[in-house]
Amino acid sequence: MRKYILRFLALGYLLAVLLGPLSMVFFRAFDKGTGALWKTLSDPNTVHAFKLTLIIALIAVPLNAVFGVVCALAIVRRRFPGAGLVNAIVDLPLAISPVVVGLSLFLLYGRTGWFGPWFARHGMQILFALPSMVIATIFVSLPFVAREVVPTLREIGDEQEQAARTLGASSWQTFWRITLPSIRWAVIYGVVLTTARCLGEYGAVAVVSGNIEGKTQTATLRVQDAYENFNQSGAYGISLVLAAISVVVLITMTVLRPKEEEAL
Amino acid sequence: MSIEVRNVSKRFGSFQALDDVSLDVDGGALTALLGPSGSGKSTLLRIIAGLEWPDSGEIHLAGEDATPLTTQQRGVGFVFQHYAAFKHMSVRENIAFGLKIRKRPKDEVRSRVDELLDLVQLQGFGDRYPAQLSGGQRQRMALARALAPEPKVLLLDEPFGALDARVRAELRVWLRRLHDETHTTTVFVTHDQEEAMDVADSVVVMNKGRVEQVAGPRELYDAPANEFVMSFVGQATRIDDAWVRPHDFELVLVPNGSTREAQVERVVHLGFEVRAELVRDDGETLAVQLTRDQAAQLELERGQIVYVRPTHQTTF
Repeated sequence: MRKYILRFLALGYLLAVLLGPLSMVFFRAFDKGTGALWKTLSDPNTVHAFKLTLIIALIAVPLNAVFGVVCALAIVRRRFPGAGLVNAIVDLPLAISPVVVGLSLFLLYGRTGWFGPWFARHGMQILFALPSMVIATIFVSLPFVAREVVPTLREIGDEQEQAARTLGASSWQTFWRITLPSIRWAVIYGVVLTTARCLGEYGAVAVVSGNIEGKTQTATLRVQDAYENFNQSGAYGISLVLAAISVVVLITMTVLRPKEEEAL
Repeated sequence: MSIEVRNVSKRFGSFQALDDVSLDVDGGALTALLGPSGSGKSTLLRIIAGLEWPDSGEIHLAGEDATPLTTQQRGVGFVFQHYAAFKHMSVRENIAFGLKIRKRPKDEVRSRVDELLDLVQLQGFGDRYPAQLSGGQRQRMALARALAPEPKVLLLDEPFGALDARVRAELRVWLRRLHDETHTTTVFVTHDQEEAMDVADSVVVMNKGRVEQVAGPRELYDAPANEFVMSFVGQATRIDDAWVRPHDFELVLVPNGSTREAQVERVVHLGFEVRAELVRDDGETLAVQLTRDQAAQLELERGQIVYVRPTHQTTF
């Protein structure tokens, strides 16, 4: 009996806080018919917003994936001094509000900031342009890969890597043939979370982008914009696409992952 | 290929794992490093393999200084206690790993892997994954993997330590036979003196980061170099200043001048032999080993008074 109560509570909670609101987005997006929805989504500025979001994700995700794996190796294997410090600060982005991240970038790259004047002299636009938006997104989505990979690395230990070395493998060969295949699901899962975070980033990007329609407006910024301008079906339409991407990715992950673990 | 260890020391923090150890292993020999845990035997093996670096001292392989060489360059085969199987690779892929790294042609890799699967009796298991094998099978796979690139030295770190008694006994015999066929210089680490004496030609007894004695199994037992070896290899009871093996006691029911009185505390029937635990009048306990016939004749039972005399004793 208790089992059913727990199950009911867990499902009820998920329904109330996650699935309920998400399904509302779904219904509201179709409120004015598929025609209106399509009109919103095919708007050039909307298309541009999605493109921009994708471009940012395509830059931020690979960089964070590589950085996350390197970071995790540093934290777990501790092959260089300062690894402990890395471990401590890698979680920082989870603790800091994205708005604060945005503001700190302003202080760095603004006209009177530390690096701002240097970039201005060299004709590079950082704020209110793609670079600052990418930097902000990288910052907020930084910990996910490292956080997924660290426990897996701990669990597998380094005996397999030692064995590979005694068999004549170089560090590079050991990494590609032994370490990476052993942690691949953690990396993939981390990448999925990072991607989701990148696509959904709002606060930090809102501060540094300037939110210029058709130029520096990402999908999430456009949702907010549409909502503020009483274009509700527009807001829900774009939200629907963003939510759909995440759901599809997560379902794909769930379907793939257990099979692979059986083989291990 | 011979192995020479020259004045090797190694410290982990405040723990002196190896203290000025020197050791010669002849090419083609089968040697056991025997010692209690913390004696430095595994550390020594890992230093020979290049998996650890000595703080001082040198390692020579086949007469050449190998101290600055990395594990990768030393070309030794290494077998880990917990197998270190590549979990994401099939048995074939595991065994082929060292050959693929060396970029051997595909045909050669395939035939060598087949040959090794035969050798370790894993024919038909080639396409399985390590998770689908038993412990003994995994360790045989690990051995085949280490042997694949034809290393001149095979190092095994407590290779049978994680296996149950029956499988362990099987693999011991098998390792001995393997060595008799290939004559690869082999060094294995164990804390089990019976295993060391059973398998090895030469046993290196280690304690507290030092080598206590290097000898063949028989010499080690009959002529231990010091008290540690005496008490660690085989059983021994200390009587005053002398050490006596359990089978070097005479037990009689009537005192004859040179005997001492003792009370039987416990009689243990081990099948092929009988062990009597005695308490002497001064409170000292003795373990005496008797044949079945001797025990039957004496009709030993708990609480009985007997008279005991050492027939052979060793003093240091």
